Amino acid sequence: MIKRLFIFMMLALMATIFFNLASNYDEKSTLSKLGHYYVEKGPQEIGAPNLVTAVVVTYRGLDTLGEVTVLFISAAGVGLLLRRSRRKQDGERPEENIRASKPASEIVETATQLLLPMIILFGIYVFMNGHLSPGGGFQGGAIIASGTMFLLLALPESHLSRLMIAITESLSGFSYVVVGVLGVILAGGFLDNRFMDLGTYGDLFSAGAIPLIYTFVGLKVGFELSAVLDRFRQEESA
Amino acid sequence: MNMLTDFPVSLIVLCSGFILILIGLWGMLTQQNMIRIIIGFSLMDTGIHMVMVSIGYVTGGTAPIINNAVPINEAVNLVVDPVPSALVLTAIVIGLGVTAVMLSFAVRLHKAHRTLKIDELTESKW
Repeated sequence: MIKRLFIFMMLALMATIFFNLASNYDEKSTLSKLGHYYVEKGPQEIGAPNLVTAVVVTYRGLDTLGEVTVLFISAAGVGLLLRRSRRKQDGERPEENIRASKPASEIVETATQLLLPMIILFGIYVFMNGHLSPGGGFQGGAIIASGTMFLLLALPESHLSRLMIAITESLSGFSYVVVGVLGVILAGGFLDNRFMDLGTYGDLFSAGAIPLIYTFVGLKVGFELSAVLDRFRQEESA
Repeated sequence: MNMLTDFPVSLIVLCSGFILILIGLWGMLTQQNMIRIIIGFSLMDTGIHMVMVSIGYVTGGTAPIINNAVPINEAVNLVVDPVPSALVLTAIVIGLGVTAVMLSFAVRLHKAHRTLKIDELTESKW
């Protein structure tokens, strides 16, 4: 009872704070100073039409590296928590193994084989065009991982190569940092995209190193999330 | 009628975000099932994202992407603030990572105790 009272009091206090914040809220009619600078100078300095990408990859690129690191650590944490113990593999619960091995119907299998390359291609399109249109490395990676999810749901027997995932993920993470360091050596600072030619504004291969960085981020995120999904899948059928 | 047109769009998003935060907090504090607690966390996360996005809104602004509709010279007067959008992008990814770790903890706890009720895990209770 006293617990409920505390919960109610806390929610009421939070609601009061939020109400005050919302009632004093005024919609902005101009950009903030920082936003104004990014919108004004971004297109010339970075060469990316998508200004959110310019902020994420270049102006605040260090944050994005931290973000990729957080995602990596959480994927590693999931792997550590859901690792398979050897004893459980000897078929402790055989009835579940039988249920898991029931094959999908032919329609599902054919549709998967038809759609999966397209989903992965769309993911690649999204992260390659991250500097031109809405999207980017994280979104493209999430689309690739959704393709993996589709594969694991439709064909539960399919096997993802752990080694391949680990190698691709490590290589793309490493290349991301190398590109950042190249920015220090050849241009203005860490993760500066201008060590490569800025190219024609609005082209696919423009905006310096942004497509390169987003490709690495997209591959890393896609494979990382696929590994997380695979861990949860194995946990279910273990 | 006048009040409807004067009502700022971003205030609706802001208030929905605050309401989602409260619902999520309520769920995290009152629910017994661990999966429901994680759902509460996700709701709160989404609410915070909505609040952040609404703070970056500028009246009449569009997405900060330069194209035919947003010419490069007038972009400053036409777009919303790109900084909160970039922050929300980061926050979504980190929220996803945290949720994945929480779910794997739930899986482990369920494996060890055969229950998802948080009140039955008494050994770590003070």
